[in-house]
Amino acid sequence: MRGAKSAKWAACAIVVAMAATACGGNKSDGASGDPDAKGIFTYQSTEPQNPLQPANGNEVGGGRILKSIFRGLTQFAPKDGSLKMAVADKIETTDSQHFTVTLKPGWTFQNGEPVTASSFVDAWNWGANTKNAQLNSSWFADIKGYDDVHPEKGDPTADKMSGLVVKDDKTFTVELKQPVSYWQYKTGYPALSPLPKAFFKDPKAFGQKPIGNGPYQVEKWDHNSQISLRSWDGYKGDDKPKNGGVDFKFYLKGEAAYADLQSNNLDVLDMVPPSSLTKYKQDLGDRAVDQPMATIQMIGFAMYNKDWDGVDKAKVRQGLSMAIDRDTITKTVLQGSRKPANSFLTPGILGYDPNAKNDLLQYNPDKAKQFIKDGGGVPGNKITILYNSDGNHKPWVDAVCNSITKTVGVACEGNPKPDFKTSRDLITSKKLGAGDMFRTGWQADYPHIASFLADVYRTGAASNDSGYSSKEFDDLANEADKAKSPEESAKLYQKAEEVLFKDMPQIPLWNYEENGGYSTHVKDVTYDWIGDPVWTDVQVLKK
Amino acid sequence: MGRYILRRLLQMIPVFIGTTLIIFLAVYALPGDPVKALFGDKAADPATVARLKHQYGLDKSLIEQYWMYLSNLFKGDLGTSFSQREVSDILGDAIPVTIQLALVAFVLEAVFGIALGMLTGLKRGKIVDQIVLVLTLLVISIPIFVIGYLAQVYIGTKWGIVNPTVTDSNDITQLILPGIVLGSVSLAYVSRLTRTSVVENIRSDYIRTAIAKGLPRRRVVGVHLMRNSLIPVVTFLGTDLGALMGGAIVTEGIFNVKGVGNTLYKAITGADGPLVVGTVTFLVVVYLVASLLVDLLYAVLDPRIRYA
Repeated sequence: MRGAKSAKWAACAIVVAMAATACGGNKSDGASGDPDAKGIFTYQSTEPQNPLQPANGNEVGGGRILKSIFRGLTQFAPKDGSLKMAVADKIETTDSQHFTVTLKPGWTFQNGEPVTASSFVDAWNWGANTKNAQLNSSWFADIKGYDDVHPEKGDPTADKMSGLVVKDDKTFTVELKQPVSYWQYKTGYPALSPLPKAFFKDPKAFGQKPIGNGPYQVEKWDHNSQISLRSWDGYKGDDKPKNGGVDFKFYLKGEAAYADLQSNNLDVLDMVPPSSLTKYKQDLGDRAVDQPMATIQMIGFAMYNKDWDGVDKAKVRQGLSMAIDRDTITKTVLQGSRKPANSFLTPGILGYDPNAKNDLLQYNPDKAKQFIKDGGGVPGNKITILYNSDGNHKPWVDAVCNSITKTVGVACEGNPKPDFKTSRDLITSKKLGAGDMFRTGWQADYPHIASFLADVYRTGAASNDSGYSSKEFDDLANEADKAKSPEESAKLYQKAEEVLFKDMPQIPLWNYEENGGYSTHVKDVTYDWIGDPVWTDVQVLKK
Repeated sequence: MGRYILRRLLQMIPVFIGTTLIIFLAVYALPGDPVKALFGDKAADPATVARLKHQYGLDKSLIEQYWMYLSNLFKGDLGTSFSQREVSDILGDAIPVTIQLALVAFVLEAVFGIALGMLTGLKRGKIVDQIVLVLTLLVISIPIFVIGYLAQVYIGTKWGIVNPTVTDSNDITQLILPGIVLGSVSLAYVSRLTRTSVVENIRSDYIRTAIAKGLPRRRVVGVHLMRNSLIPVVTFLGTDLGALMGGAIVTEGIFNVKGVGNTLYKAITGADGPLVVGTVTFLVVVYLVASLLVDLLYAVLDPRIRYA
């Protein structure tokens, strides 16, 4: 019986081992209910891919940190994305091309250095300079003199953009290459944040422990594990933190974060993993969040292909749009995590009309068949949809294809590529055939209609993956750019959007929903227009 | 013995150069442009792309790049990852975590695997043998991610015995559950392997001789039988050590452990060449050292093997 004894012993050892692990963690539940102004909460995030330099943060992991530790000239109201002045007292213009920026007094960086006009101008000149190879450098491309500091080839011929002139400590002027009537909105993007002098001495070291002027400051970046932000007393903005700080914990898998949230090891997350979408509302009850965010999913046509030329073919594209049963797909395959698009825009941005309804985006089998027949049919009578298989797109691509084939009898199949960069390479090569459609998603950088239209559909625009070119659209967009105010500009851009419906260079499918949740340790968790939690508003409950 | 070790160490050099070259070529054969991918859905600015490629040496020919990498390597410089952190820093964070995790798994599989194998080998055909057979087959046939998620959901979330994920990757007590999951399949293999070996050896002449000589049973089993039966098991454990270090990608992902597997996964998806080559080079060294140790252990276990 010696053997049996040792087996028993083995079982005990495992139990002991687990008990020991239990000692290592598991916070006790049962918060008392009173908010603790110094309380710290944890938030699901990912390791920033780049050093924390404002002009280098273009992905969520780094972008969120930059957004929390820096404040630019303007910021956006979390709820509706409306424009508010932040460091700027006012931004004046008469022609939407020449701007005079006046700063509010009293703002400082977290090292005590005052925020001056030069803090902005120097930061922008540095960010635009080719030599510094910043991923967001094209954000400065509107400014006059950008081509001198950022020529298409070779070294820059100047280190300052001529369009930026410092008048005094609190004032500077900006001259753009041409009118951009919504430029104020662009200044709310973290890439256009001010930088203290310490940055220029050692940008690399700064990228590890940045000094900002926002509500939070970086306490520690524990690589691959977490970034700890603590609220900063000297912050001058209206949105002072109602908590002591945020720990951004890095997760590789949404499933792991969700498991942690359920056992109160994580306080807030913003992306319920697809495997839990069906049950997260039951799991979390009223701590589950479901609200729109400014991201749209589309499938695009290779408009540069000759087979798509002509008015008839526009009818074919419209017909394909009406052959997609968005309501059913979003409800079943996507489990309600998306809402059918009603336009080329998303909720939460200036220029979006929640009541808009366009027949071309409604499922209509009869009209779809008619339109495709009238337009002379799909070139080759076959469609493929190119997508990256590392992004969980397969289920809906297959569903869209089924819907098209079933409704109008056009053969359709998904064309998966192993990863994002492979599919991007194929799309940006602009060598796709007429029947080769591709998946494309777009998230607004700033809550203005131009972010969805000008950057994507204008002839030659950098992100115009379809190679779409319409004189009518360009003319309307140019007119909108010359408008006197962002509001007027939004109205004019809506007219340009009508041209897109006529030509249908891409088919809008659905808008993303923010599916998030929070633990029992926090309250007042709301999400902003872009789907990030409003960190400063979160209240931590006393334990 | 000394000369043997020296010869083996020298053999490592061509193996090392060969594997790094293959990995290097493989990473650069991956489709897609990693620098353009840094821009996400947004259009990549050509001037910035050119500047970054120059910075990472990607504008040079492949042979030049490899030569640069090798020469830097001998200076102790593993290069810079696309995140602009030194590869040596990244690996310096990840390796201790993985060693701890692998150690937990390794100790578990070695101790319990061999113990169960000996037990079932000696009691072959009995009820204990049958039960262990069924259990090990079950563990071997279930994919590791299923075991991992089941352990996480029940032990972590439902019963709350441990945290569902590892909050501090350097705390070895938190690595016990992931270690059990990681080592479970190997544990099953080790016990099956030991059992077979024991069953085979128990009928051999030298065991019969030992019993006939009147040696106590404890000595027959503990020294004569076990020592000879462990030779194939040691081979398996040796190579498995390498697999535990590099192959923990799934387990590390489920329990959010920030180890080498995790680093490698992120590096490959981001086509982060310097980081992939650095990580795999480390794993190659682990395999080389482990297989040397295995060969040396043979000599200890089997007196007939002598290295001159």
